Amino acid sequence: MTAAIDVDARSLRRIARNHRLNRWDVRFSPYLYISPFFILFALVGLFPLLYTAWVSVHDWNLIGGQGDFVGIENYVTVLSQPYFWTSLRNTFSIFLFSSVPQVLIAMGIAAFLDYNLRAKTLWRMGVLLPYVVAPVAVALIFSNLFGDRFGLINEILGGIGIDAIRWHVDVIPSHLAIATMVNFRWTGYTTLIFLAAMQAIPRDYYEAAIIDGANRMRTFWSITVPLLRPVIIFVIITSTIGGLQIFDEPRMFDQAGQGGANRQWQTLTLYIYELGWGQRNFGRASAVAWLLFLVIIVIAILNFVITRRIAGSTERRIRTKGKR
Amino acid sequence: MKKKQQAGGHDRRPGFWVYGILIAVLFGSAFPIWWSFLIGSQDAAAINQNGVNWIPGGNFLANAAKVIDTVPFWTALMNSIIVSTSVALSVVVFSTLAGYAFAKLKFRGREGLLIFVIATMAVPTQLGIVPLFIVMSRLGWTGSLWAVIAPAMVTAFGVFWMTQYLRDALPDELIEAVRMDGASMIGSFWHVGLPAARPAAAMLALFTFIATWTNFFWPFIVLDPGNPTLPVALQQLQAAHYVDYSLVLSGVVLSIIPLVLVFIFLGKQLVAGIMQGAVKG
Repeated sequence: MTAAIDVDARSLRRIARNHRLNRWDVRFSPYLYISPFFILFALVGLFPLLYTAWVSVHDWNLIGGQGDFVGIENYVTVLSQPYFWTSLRNTFSIFLFSSVPQVLIAMGIAAFLDYNLRAKTLWRMGVLLPYVVAPVAVALIFSNLFGDRFGLINEILGGIGIDAIRWHVDVIPSHLAIATMVNFRWTGYTTLIFLAAMQAIPRDYYEAAIIDGANRMRTFWSITVPLLRPVIIFVIITSTIGGLQIFDEPRMFDQAGQGGANRQWQTLTLYIYELGWGQRNFGRASAVAWLLFLVIIVIAILNFVITRRIAGSTERRIRTKGKR
Repeated sequence: MKKKQQAGGHDRRPGFWVYGILIAVLFGSAFPIWWSFLIGSQDAAAINQNGVNWIPGGNFLANAAKVIDTVPFWTALMNSIIVSTSVALSVVVFSTLAGYAFAKLKFRGREGLLIFVIATMAVPTQLGIVPLFIVMSRLGWTGSLWAVIAPAMVTAFGVFWMTQYLRDALPDELIEAVRMDGASMIGSFWHVGLPAARPAAAMLALFTFIATWTNFFWPFIVLDPGNPTLPVALQQLQAAHYVDYSLVLSGVVLSIIPLVLVFIFLGKQLVAGIMQGAVKG
């Protein structure tokens, strides 16, 4: 009799314990599963970014470590360096040369891939091929193609009677060469993003427009482009964040890797590297990093507002036309 | 999905001029790779003269041997394989777990935390490079592959990608059913979540592998010259042989062979992955 009660009590306790474990399991497991991301982001994303601000207000040497608190001295110093402003100009210039043509060309190619092609996959794979070539490798190939003396591009230009361009000397040509590397690697990728968005546009839109007498160019500009609005914004914003931090291509454009004798193509990230690991001045490198961070935030917000407004107005026009 | 592909703007078979333009585009994307082989197979004397020699020379193997002598090529290749594989595996595991939680489990703060994850994609974390380096040297990790692997072990993109996929691909009833059968939370993830996630997980692994393989900035800063990854080794090659492009570009060819092979076998999946991501994202 007592034994039976004992057993019951024990199994009851076990059930209760299982029940409790199960409740904890249900309540805490989700947090456990998502925690790796948050822990890692805190350690290698957020903390370093905030700590950059701390380093930037100190004397701080790569080897010697933390020195005195110096307030905004590092900022004052870098803002008075001509190289900072050249780097800022170069960063923007290279970014514009690489993002604007890329978006336009990618939209054009996507429009062609949107035709009912034979061997669709082959063409799509073809545009994506450069994506698997590392930026460092791309940069080495193109710095050869853009060689000042024996480069293929200058040979071709010479063939049609144009004087050789000093790609590794002059400012704008060097930016064009570097932007070409970026565009070579990313245009195909961007094209496929646009293509996917184009294929999601319902076919009746085009049929209705064609019945109304619109030709292909017209349907592209009045239907395809406006409806790609969210994707265009997405591409521009992601390319801003990455593009303003460009390092690999300008670093590899010549052997010295400092962005040219007069820093013709030095970007801000190259400048950070030069300050931090060339001059071993972590304080100043952090000041530039933090300034670039602010620049990226401001540009991202501007980007968002402007693209929203432009695309928004075209879409409203379509809607009102549709209502008529 | 098949239906969607037909929903594009143009149904009729296009004329030859469209194919003509596309052939030109394809030429543009393949030419620089072909060019690096062309130059990489000649010698310094042949390339440093006016006029282009359009026939590949017979010097590729000799150049490649010299490259392997100059930079620690085999170490770099092994390191690239180790780093890219471990990062890809780790990103897939942690992102799938997190994606499963965000897509299928109920917990307080779920929506807010997911938005936070997505927002972090816009944070230029590369700018925290100085403190990251300080931390790594305190840990004594500079020069070791850990310094490259650890910071990349899970990504916001991966979490977002898996969340999006699992939301549609995994019916809630299935999870409820295994839970009723007495499976624990991790058990139900293992038996139902993971199998359902497989296609998206494979895609994520592929893209992470490529991104890691081609990554330069951080490995360049944190690794030692004697223990590089492939892109870092290419930089050393450039520093050593800038004047001789036949050597530099044969090294480039060597370094891109692995990913070009991946592309030949899995390029179709890459295309599909980018296009799916674009529609959902």
